[in-house]
Amino acid sequence: MAHSKLNTNMAGIRKRERKALLTGLLFTSPWILGFLIFQAYPILMSMYYSLTEYNLFSPPEWVGLKNYAKLFVDEKFYLSLYNTIFIVVFGLIPHLIFALTMALLLNTNVKGQALYRTIYFLPTLVPAVAGSLLWMWLLNAQYGVINQILGYLGLYQPNWLVDADWTKPAIVLMGFWGTGTTTVMYLAALQDVPKVYYEAASIDGANLWRKFWHITMPAISPVTLFLLIMGLIDGFQYFTQGFIFAEASQSIGGPENSLLFYAIYLYQVAFSFLNMGHASAMAWMLFVFVLALTLLIFKTSAKWVYYGGEK
Amino acid sequence: MQVTNELKTVQLDRKKRTGKQILKESVLPHLLLTLVGLLFLFPFAWLALTSVKTEDEIFRIPIVWWPTQFQWSNYSMAVTTIPFLRYTLNTLFICAVAICGQLISSPLVAYGLSRIQFKGRDVIFIVMMSTMILPYQVTMIPMYVLFNKLGMLDSYWPLTLPAFFGSAFYIFLLRQFFMNIPYELTESAKMDGASEFRIYWQMILPLARPAIFTVALFQFLGSWGDFLGPLLYLNTPDKWTLSIGLRSFIGEYDVSWGLLMAASTIFTLPIIVLYFFVQKTFIQGISMTGFK
Repeated sequence: MAHSKLNTNMAGIRKRERKALLTGLLFTSPWILGFLIFQAYPILMSMYYSLTEYNLFSPPEWVGLKNYAKLFVDEKFYLSLYNTIFIVVFGLIPHLIFALTMALLLNTNVKGQALYRTIYFLPTLVPAVAGSLLWMWLLNAQYGVINQILGYLGLYQPNWLVDADWTKPAIVLMGFWGTGTTTVMYLAALQDVPKVYYEAASIDGANLWRKFWHITMPAISPVTLFLLIMGLIDGFQYFTQGFIFAEASQSIGGPENSLLFYAIYLYQVAFSFLNMGHASAMAWMLFVFVLALTLLIFKTSAKWVYYGGEK
Repeated sequence: MQVTNELKTVQLDRKKRTGKQILKESVLPHLLLTLVGLLFLFPFAWLALTSVKTEDEIFRIPIVWWPTQFQWSNYSMAVTTIPFLRYTLNTLFICAVAICGQLISSPLVAYGLSRIQFKGRDVIFIVMMSTMILPYQVTMIPMYVLFNKLGMLDSYWPLTLPAFFGSAFYIFLLRQFFMNIPYELTESAKMDGASEFRIYWQMILPLARPAIFTVALFQFLGSWGDFLGPLLYLNTPDKWTLSIGLRSFIGEYDVSWGLLMAASTIFTLPIIVLYFFVQKTFIQGISMTGFK
């Protein structure tokens, strides 16, 4: 009798579990459906298209690995990769250092912290197209205010958006204006570092630099990891600003293709040349790059990211 | 005597240190923060100033810092040389529908992933989080082909429909918020036999208002400024959004900077105004995203 009671109990638990599973799946079903339709299916199709020749109008034709082989001898592919890596390296890292510096300054309990934070954050609200158009005007070689000021100071006035050597530095320069989100995230992290750590270090006679290096940096390392990975992923998809800047020279890649970023070249191959197979191969390569770099950063992160137990 | 002397030097020393400290801890940061602040504000000022200059003032050397007379007609010209109202309404329509979609789905999924215990929940969560590193370009072409087959090109469907299935980032944000709502609160309702949906609808959603508001705001910003989506899917000029339409001011040989800056100001201003109303929610939302 006791046995059968246990059985009914077990059955009850199982029934409840099944009900929970059903409700859980019901609640999450929008995302599951969306994942299948807008992510899983397209990923598989992207792989399939990358092995075909396909121009949207006639059905895809199987060509095996030809698209990938073509990529490796495509000069523009390498150029776009170089341009993108340039932006990721010379954009992301200086931007992170700058944002952290601003956050550290804000965290010194200065009066008017909220006002400063608002000012740094405002530019991130400007729509990408409007921001790029505004900077196109600021950086105008002849009439732009930046070159006028450089002229007053007797400095070199680059032909920002026309000279192929200066288009990418122009993009990096504009990027500093958009570092507000990063600053806000760093500031939030800094405010979370327990004050007792600093007090203890002061008693031990640590100077500011040592405190920064041994307390602040480890404490905010999870945020740095997050920003590094997100920045990397965004950097590899860099599109709008480059596309708008290039329009000043009425082309897709800008002067000497110096603004032909990976995502822009991919767009051109797909929607100007209607070479969906080639573009899909590029998309898959992009996926592999991003995945590999993310994993690499995660792997190294064990050495430099600290998750405090007290937080 | 000696003691007082020593005391004096100590006092002097302390004074000197505080003077130096004040300089280091207060004046220097302020100076740097103000300098950068001015540099950050300058583009806004230049945007506004250029938008009220005449063509002649814009192209004069040496530079004209302050226009002699504000050229407000740039604004009326800007909104009539391109169908500005049409573009604005189109953009607002996309924003509204996408926000509705997100608000219907994302909190629902977040609830399932935080407050219902079921087998496979963690797997769903991990898969969802890993989709965040998936570049848009990977799914872009098959999605385009798919929408083409469905006859949805040159319509707002591709720009709004995906929002109705939620998005990983918003679901993650909301999940974080839901997990911080005490479980005792809902436990008693469950004892009384309330269904999960009722608890979600009547208890959790009202409590999560700030987080939901943040999601709506982020989605608004995303749709308002989106460029690649409309560039891919909208061909007919009548259907363009502001991001796409603004480029009409860039001619083949010249750019009407005055009009362009006027139009850009109108495009940007609503967001800046909105920001000042909801600043707190905004900063909280951003700060939340940094933690995992």
